[in-house]
Amino acid sequence: MNPALQYFRNIFDSAYTVFDGLSITFSYLFQKPVTLEYPNRNKKKVQDTLPDRFRGFLEVNHLTCTTCDACAKACPIDCITMDGVKVPGRKGKAPVYFYIDISKCMFCGLCIPPCPTDAIYFTKEFEGSSYDPKQLIYSYVSDETAKEYLEQNRILQMEKEKEDEGEEKQ
Amino acid sequence: MTEIYEHIAGKISEITGVIDPFSIILILIFTALLFAGFISLFAGITSVVERKIAGRVQSRIGPNYIFFRGFFQFVADGIKILQKEDIIPDGADKILFRTAPYIIFAAVFLAFASIPVGMNLIAADLNTGILYIMAVSSFNVIGILMAGWGSNNKYSMLGGFRSAAQIISYEIPSALSALTVILLAGSLSMQEIIINQGVWPWEWHIASSPFTVIAFFIMFTALIAEGNRTPFDLPESESELVSGYNTEYSGIRFLIFFFAEWANLYVISAILSSLFLGGWNSPFHEGFTIGSVFIEATGIGILFFKSIFLTFLIIMLRWTLPRLRIDQLMSLSWKYLTPFSFLSITGVLFWMVLFPEGLPAVQYSITGFFILLFLLFIYRVIAVNLIKMKANIGTTTTR
Repeated sequence: MNPALQYFRNIFDSAYTVFDGLSITFSYLFQKPVTLEYPNRNKKKVQDTLPDRFRGFLEVNHLTCTTCDACAKACPIDCITMDGVKVPGRKGKAPVYFYIDISKCMFCGLCIPPCPTDAIYFTKEFEGSSYDPKQLIYSYVSDETAKEYLEQNRILQMEKEKEDEGEEKQ
Repeated sequence: MTEIYEHIAGKISEITGVIDPFSIILILIFTALLFAGFISLFAGITSVVERKIAGRVQSRIGPNYIFFRGFFQFVADGIKILQKEDIIPDGADKILFRTAPYIIFAAVFLAFASIPVGMNLIAADLNTGILYIMAVSSFNVIGILMAGWGSNNKYSMLGGFRSAAQIISYEIPSALSALTVILLAGSLSMQEIIINQGVWPWEWHIASSPFTVIAFFIMFTALIAEGNRTPFDLPESESELVSGYNTEYSGIRFLIFFFAEWANLYVISAILSSLFLGGWNSPFHEGFTIGSVFIEATGIGILFFKSIFLTFLIIMLRWTLPRLRIDQLMSLSWKYLTPFSFLSITGVLFWMVLFPEGLPAVQYSITGFFILLFLLFIYRVIAVNLIKMKANIGTTTTR
């Protein structure tokens, strides 16, 4: 382009772009900000706004868990430990302790497909900060439940022994 | 103005029985403190407003925790920064390093002496008012150079050099474009310049001829550049020079730099609004005779409103435009602004010879042009908003 023309073209361009840019920035003044004021000023809880397939902390339903150890075997970093006992009216075993070390867990989700009863699943909870790493070893079977299961198991075994004794007598 | 001082001094001496000269000094100190209070409040509030606007422009919220929706953030910031250690680097030139912030602040504060506040309110109505302001505000080059040199830091020094080059080269277009107004008013005194204008937009200096419109925009650009504001904030460019001449500063000295920057924002806006935009001329100055205090207050309010509007515009420009490169900066000053300011001076001179009484048709049409520009701007803003709203339909948000 002719340099003289280019000179005036530059002036026009700068004036026009400033005008245009200002109109764009002004338009943002009339729009809602997208900020979520995360910890304490949300209108909704953040956990409720997360997508359905969000991989938060694992949750175990001790009522349906069969203590089959499939999830623990599938876990690539062995952060799941469990043991269970036989309980009347239930397939497999009932867990007496079920620990997942959340500090080790990498939320890969490999423990979920092998579960025969869908007892292990992801929640949307993700706030797990604590002052002690030991608090991050999550227990999914409370002491009372474990005691109850053990009690039921004791009764079952006593009944079994009685039956066995009866069979022997006959 | 001295009569008012003497009058007040007389009143004070009547009441307290203090001898006259002392009370005049007292009044002068009081005026200075009044301005210092105004500056600190203005700088503080502008800092918060600027951060709020920056937030909204970038779809953020901005500071919103301290008291009234974060409005008192500047108090918290000030208290925090006062508690910080005042670090002076080992290799620094201690005297230069220590005095630089005060010189920069003094440069801004001295300008307030000749900035009109209202019809009868001005600290010193010098008959060389605008020249004085120009001279004093270019004083802060020395402060910035001192800060840059004294810090013993290559980035600071580069920032200082850049700033010196920038302020000296932008001094020329700003002074030349102020000359058009001086020619129109026939005086260097700020009050005289304002009196020469009328109440309504077509009576202002900006509308008197097409050349003063050019001069206004040149002066606007040049004053922003002199105030080291984005898009001309090369001296303290964070990304290249780690905030330039104030890299090594901390604590109160760092605060004073920013204090001066935001106070300078008011100086810029007040100068522009009194030179070009009619200053404190209010419709109540003639005709209405309700009471002098009311008339004075409207004048103050009008000037303040104009200044606030320009300040807002400058803040919006800061968050709109990217920073200029150093060669672009220099070419803008020397290739574009300076020739056009010469053009506007000659144009105004010819205009004054051809139309000594002014040309009402041109005045009205310039006012109309600005109104049209404003309407076009509003239309653009609405159009952009509508396009964005259309684009947002169907997309889910987690709000």
